[in-house]
Amino acid sequence: MTSTLATPRTTDRPAGPDPHRIGRRRRRGVGSTVWSVVKHLILIGCSLLMIYPLLWMLVSSFRPTNTIFRTPGLWLHNPTLANYTHGWHALTSPFGQYLINSGIVVLGAILGNVASCSLAAYAFARLRFRGRTLWFAIMLLSIMLPIHVVVVPQYIIFNNLDWVNTFIPLILPKFLATDAFFVFLMVQFIRGIPKDLDEAARIDGCGHWGIFTRVVLPLMVPAIATTVIFTFIWTWGDFFTALIYLTSPDKYTTPVALRSFLDSTSGSDWGAMFAMSIVSLLPVFLVFLFGQRYLIKGISTTGIK
Amino acid sequence: MSAISELTSLRRTRAKTAAERQQQRKENGRDNKAGYLFLLPWLVGLVVITIGPMCASLYLSFTDYNLLQPPKWAGLANFREMLHDTRLHQSLKVTFIYVFVGVPLQLALALVIALALDKGMKGLSFYRSIFYLPSMLGGSVAIAVLWRQIFGTDGLINQALRLVGINAHTGWVSDPSYALGTIIILHIWTFGSPMVIFLAGLRQIPTMYYEAAAVDGARRWARFSKITMPLLSPIVFFNLVLQIIGAFQSFTQAFVVSGGTGGPSDSTLFYTLYLYNRGFANLQMGYASAMAWVLLVIIGAFTAINFFASKYWVFYDD
Repeated sequence: MTSTLATPRTTDRPAGPDPHRIGRRRRRGVGSTVWSVVKHLILIGCSLLMIYPLLWMLVSSFRPTNTIFRTPGLWLHNPTLANYTHGWHALTSPFGQYLINSGIVVLGAILGNVASCSLAAYAFARLRFRGRTLWFAIMLLSIMLPIHVVVVPQYIIFNNLDWVNTFIPLILPKFLATDAFFVFLMVQFIRGIPKDLDEAARIDGCGHWGIFTRVVLPLMVPAIATTVIFTFIWTWGDFFTALIYLTSPDKYTTPVALRSFLDSTSGSDWGAMFAMSIVSLLPVFLVFLFGQRYLIKGISTTGIK
Repeated sequence: MSAISELTSLRRTRAKTAAERQQQRKENGRDNKAGYLFLLPWLVGLVVITIGPMCASLYLSFTDYNLLQPPKWAGLANFREMLHDTRLHQSLKVTFIYVFVGVPLQLALALVIALALDKGMKGLSFYRSIFYLPSMLGGSVAIAVLWRQIFGTDGLINQALRLVGINAHTGWVSDPSYALGTIIILHIWTFGSPMVIFLAGLRQIPTMYYEAAAVDGARRWARFSKITMPLLSPIVFFNLVLQIIGAFQSFTQAFVVSGGTGGPSDSTLFYTLYLYNRGFANLQMGYASAMAWVLLVIIGAFTAINFFASKYWVFYDD
């Protein structure tokens, strides 16, 4: 851009370095290099500070509990898997049971969110029906509604249906598009898909269902990926709802199990606790590692947490 | 860009002439049947999972209800009790401190780091990942467990302090004057998600503004205060609104760090934690519903204030 600003003055000269730019770069040269090095040092320092607790927990999970309290460093002598084997069997069910429970809930939540939110999003983004603006506004407002205002009656409903201590209260709402975040995310995405494609499909004889399943749905895979990843991370970590609805230990999801672990050992068996914490964070970390692109895109286009 | 700007633009586009409105109404009915069919799951959810329970909880807030016997009408008794409930006042105080210290500090840090991560700088995506990771994990029980250890009597912090010669034996999480601080630090630690939103916002500011300013001889600070801040202000506003709404509802960290009690001496008794204890531990569903509605009113009020105040500092380009 600097070069385009300078172009009128340099048109007569043959192609080559622009004197204005060279001058400016040289003038700034030393200072900006020093500044850039300092900045990187500060940023690396911050990064280390940020992830040190995580690294330390990871390393400590391979240490005997009695040394965790004496070793703030990351150096690992004689790593042991004892914490993992001990932690895995420390609760009434093996820890794998809780991972499976979490897995079932997450899978249900993902299916529910993708199916219901994409349907609603298609209606909001493409169809013209009476009351659309009003419903859309209500949908946006419901994103900001605190769950506590609805949690007591929801509990009463599920309790009357005898669904407490099952996974239904955790999964069913997702099939009813209650995570309106994702409706909004998908609306944003569908708006970016050219309408000509819809028209072409309509001319070829597609109805709305055809347009939705054959044109829009295949094209909105990135938005679906973002939804899947966020649903995974949020549902995997969801504590409040699981705490309320899951009452018997064999139904616990991972976060509730971890919490009961903390209670049962009154917070003394840090080695095993760290080990199981690492186990519970691992899936989220993997999703983060491989789905980061979608996460960042999702978060920057809709500003969800 | 965001749910909030969408809401404001909905409000803005409403003004139209009568003829246009009629034309639009006709057009709006085009896909009535298909529209409502596609919307059906969401509509059912809205009625059964959201609006129905909202009305029910409003009703319950005027009753005495313990799940076992049918609700008994109690008039304003729950709200009157709230006026004299010292634990409730403590929970409000804790929550307000958390919101008004934690959110600004977190956003400030997010903004500073986002500004430091220039466009096209080396290692940008590396730094972004590192800073973003804690906000992915920060809400989990596992991290709250970790926090309890780090800030415990023999935790990581005290070990580090001992290394540099300070003989620290304060159990940060078990000392009422520090416990809330540790949870605020945990909140600040998760600055990654607002940071990513800031980064996206910064990227949308056209480079030509900065070039024009550079031609005019604007210094770094002038460029920041005259270009970056005004153009970023809608994003700051958006982050502020969302973070405040979220912070008022935080639960997990306080629950795990305090072992579900809000202790020591109620110093981490977050509003939602107290609500949970009254409703689901003591089965006082009427009182819990009343608390929930007060929370909704508080959050609504702060969001409204935010929107009102935004007229004076948020700059909209269009």
